[in-house]
Amino acid sequence: MESSDLSPSVKNILLLDSEGKRVAVRYYSDEWPTNSAKLAFEKSVFTKTLKSNPRTEAEIAMFNNNIVIYKFVQDLHFFVTGGDDENELILATVLQGFFDAVSLILRNTVDKREALENLDLILLCLDEIVDGGMILETDPNLIAGKVASHSMDADATLSEQTITQAWATAREHLSRTLLQ
Amino acid sequence: MAQPLIKKDDDRDDEADYSPFLGIEKGAVLQEARVFNDPQLDARRCSQLYSSVLFRTDLGLFRVDSGYYQAFVSAESGRNLYKGQIEATEVFFAVTKLFQSRDIGLRRMVYLMIKELSPSADEVIIVTSSLMKDMNSKTDMYRANAIRVLCRITDGTLLTQIERYLKQAIVDKNPVVASAALVSGIHLLQTNPEIVKRWSNEVQEAVQSRAALVQFHALALLHQIRQNDRLAVSKLVTSLTRGTVRSPLAQCLLIRYTSQVIRESGGNTQTGDRPFYDYLESCLRHKAEMVIFEAAKAITELNGVTNRELTPAITVLQLFLSSSKPVLRFAAVRTLNKVAMTHPMAVTNCNIDIESLISDPNRSIATLAITTLLKTGNESSVDRLMKQITNFMSEIADEFKIVVVEAIRSLCLKFPLKYRSLMNFLSNILREEGGFEYKKAIVDSIVILISDIPDAKESGLLHLCEFIEDCEFTYLSTQILHFLGIEGPKTSDPSKYIRYIYNRVHLENATVRAAAVSTLAKFGALVDSLKPRIFVLLRRCLFDCDDEEPSEEPFDINSVPKEIKSQPLAEKKAPGKKQPTGAPPSGPPSPDDAYEKLLSSIPEFSGFGKLFKSSAPVELTEAETEYAVNAVKHIFDSHVVIQYNCTNTIPEQLLENVTVIVDASEAEEFSEVATKPLRSFPYDTPGQIFVAFEKPEGVTAVGKFSNMLRFIVKEVDLSTGEAEEDGVEDEYQLEDLEVVAADYMLKVPVSNFRNAWESMDPNGERVDEYGLGPRESLAEAVSAVINLLGMQPCEGTEVVPNNSRSHTALLSGVYIGNVKVLVRLSFGIDSSKEVAMKLAVRSEDENISDAIHEVVASG
Repeated sequence: MESSDLSPSVKNILLLDSEGKRVAVRYYSDEWPTNSAKLAFEKSVFTKTLKSNPRTEAEIAMFNNNIVIYKFVQDLHFFVTGGDDENELILATVLQGFFDAVSLILRNTVDKREALENLDLILLCLDEIVDGGMILETDPNLIAGKVASHSMDADATLSEQTITQAWATAREHLSRTLLQ
Repeated sequence: MAQPLIKKDDDRDDEADYSPFLGIEKGAVLQEARVFNDPQLDARRCSQLYSSVLFRTDLGLFRVDSGYYQAFVSAESGRNLYKGQIEATEVFFAVTKLFQSRDIGLRRMVYLMIKELSPSADEVIIVTSSLMKDMNSKTDMYRANAIRVLCRITDGTLLTQIERYLKQAIVDKNPVVASAALVSGIHLLQTNPEIVKRWSNEVQEAVQSRAALVQFHALALLHQIRQNDRLAVSKLVTSLTRGTVRSPLAQCLLIRYTSQVIRESGGNTQTGDRPFYDYLESCLRHKAEMVIFEAAKAITELNGVTNRELTPAITVLQLFLSSSKPVLRFAAVRTLNKVAMTHPMAVTNCNIDIESLISDPNRSIATLAITTLLKTGNESSVDRLMKQITNFMSEIADEFKIVVVEAIRSLCLKFPLKYRSLMNFLSNILREEGGFEYKKAIVDSIVILISDIPDAKESGLLHLCEFIEDCEFTYLSTQILHFLGIEGPKTSDPSKYIRYIYNRVHLENATVRAAAVSTLAKFGALVDSLKPRIFVLLRRCLFDCDDEEPSEEPFDINSVPKEIKSQPLAEKKAPGKKQPTGAPPSGPPSPDDAYEKLLSSIPEFSGFGKLFKSSAPVELTEAETEYAVNAVKHIFDSHVVIQYNCTNTIPEQLLENVTVIVDASEAEEFSEVATKPLRSFPYDTPGQIFVAFEKPEGVTAVGKFSNMLRFIVKEVDLSTGEAEEDGVEDEYQLEDLEVVAADYMLKVPVSNFRNAWESMDPNGERVDEYGLGPRESLAEAVSAVINLLGMQPCEGTEVVPNNSRSHTALLSGVYIGNVKVLVRLSFGIDSSKEVAMKLAVRSEDENISDAIHEVVASG
């Protein structure tokens, strides 16, 4: 990690299930060098945020000199961690980018099962948001566009893809509602 | 692929418990793995398999030794999992084959996989050509990702080869490609700074990019390239703050760089205006919240920030306080909290908004709100605030409570007049549930307040006293006891703490008991008026300890022979003894109680009246002799009963009709009146023999008794345990026993010697001086006289400080006939160790005073 750097930095992004187990995680800081340290951090984050219910607005907590911004949907818990000097709103933007991108990728059926079925896309999504702690992209449409591009015609532009995708999502939603 | 891709490893079963994928067949995975080699590659299936491997490596199942990776593989998510070791090289080679696929998504997974596997230099060569081809691809996504992968796995040599492409990529018209190159540049700057620094021109061009994120990445890289050149950074900031930076992230960066330049330039310009302040201030009007906040935070952190500079920043933060977004409220109140430490007045305007945050569902925000208010509150608002906090405390976690406690402590130090309500608050939360760190924070705070606010001392100490009554933390109990020992004696009424401390002696573990005893000792040492009471208590502490080791018990009631029925001990005071007033009741039962019961159960002694005193046992035999005998002298008004406690230590012998033949020729005033022999005295069963003497009433008769054990001894057959019918009469000489003046004196302490002395009639006082001759030391002389008199030393005066030339000992006691006696002994020692003593006696009966002098004169 760039020590003398003033750039906003993300320490990790976590996607856990409703029991605190991993769906996908990415660490960019050597603060948790071992797997057990990572698991311990995830457990502590999960436990400490469990009581809150951030379904509409992202919530924030601070522990062990880290800021954690989090948001839940269905049985998925999204977390973004940064240092305690970090601009909370920047971290919140990263979380929102990740959250919305996943929603786009999973076509609004955002739950654990769907996430695991599309784990490759979620991992690509994480890869497009942060690179080695440096924020790469926070716009959910651009992130989802880059990830989803492989199922699209390579010549189609990113913006077109997102619109197409949005239509597909909407159509799927509608049919599902009708079938119920 | 000749070798199997996967090796099974059963040792890692516990890891499997963690996975949502359980129960995969090995065969299925191997089959899945074959998709890598399938000429008709199912891209999506490959991709899913890869993500599974990645996913598991995500779990941290990394390199177990040089070439192997511990990995879990799930083929079809949600259902299958295989766990085992994957040989990294094998996976890597398999991955390279996937470069044949034209599927973008799969290619992306390959990139991800290569990054994840961090291949060795040898392995890198295999993929380099493919990656370099992708880096020049027409597909932007290939280009961007190939750059990121290459830069991640590359070394210096390879980097020089691809440098040309990277420079081009930085100014690529596709923002994704440009960003990939710039971010890679940021990472490479750590390892290959000299190469990356050559890209300055391209990076500078990218700073002007219309793409938001490219500008952000370019600015970050440019600043890092120039960060050691202060002038260059200053120029960069100057030009950019005038221009338009589009991306909010880049704007945040620029604010940080600007703050740094301000910090390093130091001081204001001559006009008093801070350079770049206008820029920071203008950022407060930016449309992106993250920029507004970054600027507000930067302003509050300026060195020596003035109130005028602060005001606009505080205003925007105040707006954030009522935002619907928790993150915004948190960021704002956290910043204001920091400002409140140095500029509490500047935050006061926000107090109403902050107060409404006390009930914020996010407890982090609520805690920050509380602690901010505690810093900015004025004296008149303290009580109202405390009320709000009281409701709030039960809802938050210990770590937040600690923050609140610390804030309350500083508030109390700021407004000492408010100590009462703040101290009450602390004592209330001290009584509630809480962990060690929390309780420690409260105790520490009370201790600090006691030390700093004299008025708070008494109530604070009592709160601590009450706390240790029910404190589960040994560390805190001992700390508090220690603190009480320092502060307690200095209070107006130290005696009120004694009860709390003494209770700890009985009810706690050894560590706390020890602390309590040492605290008692401190009270005794520092408060003269408490000394006698403390001595009583400390002596009981000694007794307590003895009580735990029965072997040292002077008399064991269980040793009473069966023919004399022993009665259960009742826990009551010996009626003949006067307890000092004010001392806590209920010590362990005095041996006198047991003796009294024992003696009163023997008809021969029932007419002797009230037992005045029983001496400590005196050994009449050497240790480890055939028969072990010690004697206890029981003193009655006109009788003395000698109780011989005997043990037969010879297994082969049964003794019968055991008596003690007492020769009282050297005890003229005594005449034997009764004897209580032991009929049967088998091996190892303690028995008692009693011999009673009459003496003139009211006379403190002294004398020496010589004792002989007489008995019939019968041989015992050890195999059958039966004794022979006929025995032989035998005798066994015991040592002499003396009845001395001290036997007529009870050690009874007084609570305040001076008061007791002065309340005694001075006419009954007898004073005389004695030469004690040459003595070993002053201390030895003092202790000899005290033992001679058998009285209770008061106020620690039995202890003679080292090298003292003179000493005064104060003694108290009750003489037979229940006459209270007080003695003042003044000693002096000269260079030839000759000790002189002045003895002053006061008692209720001047004859007794005379008697005491006689004791000393004849001693």
